[in-house]
Amino acid sequence: MAAPMLRGRCLGRCWALACIDSGSRHGRGAATGFTSSGKRGQSFVAQQPLLTAQKSRKGEHKWAAVVGLEIHAQIASNSKLFSGSQVHFAAPPNSLVSFFDASLPGTLPVLNRRCVEAAVMTGLALNCHINKKSLFDRKHYFYADLPAGYQITQQRLPIAVNGSLAYSVCVGKKWRQVITKTVRIKQIQLEQDSGKSLHDELRSQTLIDLNRAGVGLLEVVLEPDMSCGEEAATAVRELQLILQALGTSQANMAEGQLRVDANISVHHPGEPLGVRTEVKNLNSARFLARAIDYEIQRQINELENGCEILNETRSFDYKLGFMPEPNLPPLLLYDTASLPAGADPQQVINIDRIREQLPELPSETREKLIQQYGILPEHSFALLNEVGLLEFFQNVIKETRAEPKKVTSWVLNIFLGFLKQRNLAVNESPVTPSVLAELLNLLDRKVISSAAAKQVFEELWRSKGKTPSQIVSERKLELMQDEEALERVCHAVMEGHPQVVMDMKRGNPRAINKLIGLVRKVTHNRADPTVIKEILEKQLSS
Amino acid sequence: MLGRTLQEVSAALKQGQITPVELCQKCLSLIKKTKFLNAYITISEEVALKQAEESEKRYKKGHSLGALDGIPVAVKDNFSTSGIETTCASNMLKGYVPPYNATVVQRLLDQGAVLMGKTNLDEFAMGSGSTDGVFGPVKNPWSYSKQYREKRKQKPHGENEDSNWLITGGSSGGSAAAVSAFTCFAALGSDTGGSTRNPAAHCGIVGFKPSYGLVSRHGLIPLVNSMDVPGILTRCVDDAATVLGVLAGHDPKDSTTIQDPGKPFMLSSLTDVSKLCIGIPKEYLVPELSSEVRSFWSKAANLFESEGAKVIEVSLPHTSYSIVCYHVLCTSEVASNMARFDGLEYGHRCDIDVSTEAMYAATRREGFNDVVRGRILAGNFFLLKENYANYFIKAQKVRRLIANDFVNVFNSGVDVLLTPTTLSEAVPYLEFIKEDNRTRSAQDDIFTQAVNMAGLPARQPEQPGRQVVEHVVETVPGDVKNAQKQ
Repeated sequence: MAAPMLRGRCLGRCWALACIDSGSRHGRGAATGFTSSGKRGQSFVAQQPLLTAQKSRKGEHKWAAVVGLEIHAQIASNSKLFSGSQVHFAAPPNSLVSFFDASLPGTLPVLNRRCVEAAVMTGLALNCHINKKSLFDRKHYFYADLPAGYQITQQRLPIAVNGSLAYSVCVGKKWRQVITKTVRIKQIQLEQDSGKSLHDELRSQTLIDLNRAGVGLLEVVLEPDMSCGEEAATAVRELQLILQALGTSQANMAEGQLRVDANISVHHPGEPLGVRTEVKNLNSARFLARAIDYEIQRQINELENGCEILNETRSFDYKLGFMPEPNLPPLLLYDTASLPAGADPQQVINIDRIREQLPELPSETREKLIQQYGILPEHSFALLNEVGLLEFFQNVIKETRAEPKKVTSWVLNIFLGFLKQRNLAVNESPVTPSVLAELLNLLDRKVISSAAAKQVFEELWRSKGKTPSQIVSERKLELMQDEEALERVCHAVMEGHPQVVMDMKRGNPRAINKLIGLVRKVTHNRADPTVIKEILEKQLSS
Repeated sequence: MLGRTLQEVSAALKQGQITPVELCQKCLSLIKKTKFLNAYITISEEVALKQAEESEKRYKKGHSLGALDGIPVAVKDNFSTSGIETTCASNMLKGYVPPYNATVVQRLLDQGAVLMGKTNLDEFAMGSGSTDGVFGPVKNPWSYSKQYREKRKQKPHGENEDSNWLITGGSSGGSAAAVSAFTCFAALGSDTGGSTRNPAAHCGIVGFKPSYGLVSRHGLIPLVNSMDVPGILTRCVDDAATVLGVLAGHDPKDSTTIQDPGKPFMLSSLTDVSKLCIGIPKEYLVPELSSEVRSFWSKAANLFESEGAKVIEVSLPHTSYSIVCYHVLCTSEVASNMARFDGLEYGHRCDIDVSTEAMYAATRREGFNDVVRGRILAGNFFLLKENYANYFIKAQKVRRLIANDFVNVFNSGVDVLLTPTTLSEAVPYLEFIKEDNRTRSAQDDIFTQAVNMAGLPARQPEQPGRQVVEHVVETVPGDVKNAQKQ
């Protein structure tokens, strides 16, 4: 629910604790018998240092953490959930507000078909059961950026239930072992977003922007099947990729299109679950993992010091409850079998039609990459993890003769490294896929060495507009094709370093590398190391 | 001319016996003359004259829009009217000018109707007397009739004439008085528990409550969304049918309106009632029923029977739970609906600015009267998490039982129910205010309000005796569906 988490006096704290309440214990259902649910929705995390949470300081008892998530994703739609106002990020304040959004008396909600379709599509992609009948409720609370005094949500009977989300974590020494984990999805519900309050402390004013008020949200409730911040962050990341693939949400955390609340508790394995606390409004993946791990550690410290965990958010939860929304009839969905004869396609939603329109999901894309190019699973994750990277990669592949593995390595290590260093997105890169493809072709044809290729790549970054071939010829970076000349250089280097030659003859295997290095230096990296090695070995044995 | 029915005056306009502007001016001058009735909160003189002029142009060109073109109408002040103040008779909305028209208002205007003004009511339509609005009580035009004066003269103690006027009933008392006093030919009311039929009964006119979902609520400032229906007040049944024909039908802005396109409403002159089966609910024969109303009720039943109709006693066994059930559902929805009045976006805002919460509290204390605040308080109590299952859910179940009572009766072959609308005839104001609003509402809604629970249509026809009511159940598809909606 999009209830603003912190009201009044506890601003600035990222979690809140409230009175102990047996109702706030995690109700973990049947111990998760889920293993991989197959291809749908796997994700990847490159490191899994299982937390400090697993061990107490004294090492007497092990602690286990239990993490559940409530995720709010803004639906990518032209207009709001119940009104015709447009949806835009960063529009001038209060410029996208209909009479309904401002809760003018007498206005009524009219459900946006696009939002319903987005919810159904997301539910299907997350293996949910789609309820053919769902209901809307009012959730009451007084807050300045909630003009009606209630939020329309789906508390009693949400649109989708009982799904699952698979994500992958990498373990093992080199993190080469990919383990697929599954988190159950309790429900997906449609609800309204709230407006925004801006507090002007200086003039003690609160300014209200209602542009966001009434934007459609998908609330996705993940069961407490996760055990640390990294798992939670990975699950969220996978969900984000799925939403983006579906186009049901832009899911940009920085723009608040994806917001996460976490419920956290710790307990000793085999004992009842602990009292949970809530960490709310997390809007960056990195912060999400850190905040959860911090809270887990804090709870462990508290308990080990003999203190109790208190759940403070509860005390701010107005005890006012829900009420059926009387202005919206039940939302009815159909499948091809139940579609009423002669129904106006504009007036009904057919679940089967939406199922047919499901695009390829990230897990399927990764599987294809592995099959098609023979790349490693972790590389398939990495390619999907960056917006636009997969497309970039595929475009390079199309235009180059270089091996897919070579392309993968260049894209993931060198190209991505450059982007990260400069804090750029893929679409901001000055190096286009065709330019990189040309460079890799030069490398593949052994026109240049890989060291030279890296040099060219750096140059491409600096001098926009030049082709790799131009740079190679300007800088004279071609590999020496004249073997006799290279033989002369090798000979001269050996002459100049009799001590290294002696070492080599005594059987020191490192010595030859030193000579190779020296030859390359003389040739300004223009000689192919394998050729140098052959020449050196030939000259030594002669 | 002003005493004619809508249909008659419409014919007169067509024949050129009177022009829309003349008609409008006549009504305006009568409105001013009868100002003491307090029927109108706002008189939209300028708008009305402009609309009348437009209408006149159409008539001159021979392009009149239909039966309502040039007809003076009034609208209860809880329907949003674009550019015209809409107060709900509350301090909270004094000065509030909506930027849009309620669908029903728009439909009237689209047919060329001339809007004379906004009529008085109980604050936010909470009441049964039209005595509890911030602009003061509405006086029943019949207080000044010959009949009433003579009747009063017979009484031994000579009371002060000025203070002994009758109430109109409510909450649409302003609309009822406006139609009854000939200041307009039709008016919109709203009906949540009887608020259209009750004042129609007390003012001797027709009050029609359509089926829930037949007429759009968009723009009607809600009391109880699941029971509110725009009501129609006219001086004869045919006029109500004419207005209903204009208002009824699906509105994309109100998702609870029925999708069926529906048929135009044409009342055939009913000469043969021999095929009708008329039900008399025995639970409505309560001890509090005045002997006068009771005798009119049986007179009407006898009239039907003598014309060949089958009149039978029927049972609506859950009737007695209706008022208490209504109280829970009504106050809960009121608490929810009134939450939006916080002084931020529109309406009254207090001067206190120490904190947002303090501003809310003072704004709402200043803006709402005791009746509204009392209902909000009660509703919030019922909506508390710990009370919800005990009150709200139970009340919803009882509501279903009440609705099923009607379904069962109609399934058993009954076409129409004949019931009283009110316990007695209109009482003097001084008598009425001896009891508080809550007690009065509970008493006065007793016959009318179960119908709202069931979403059924009901009609209070004009009768000389004014207290006999029939509840017409039409063959509108979806009635039963709507009745079972909750």
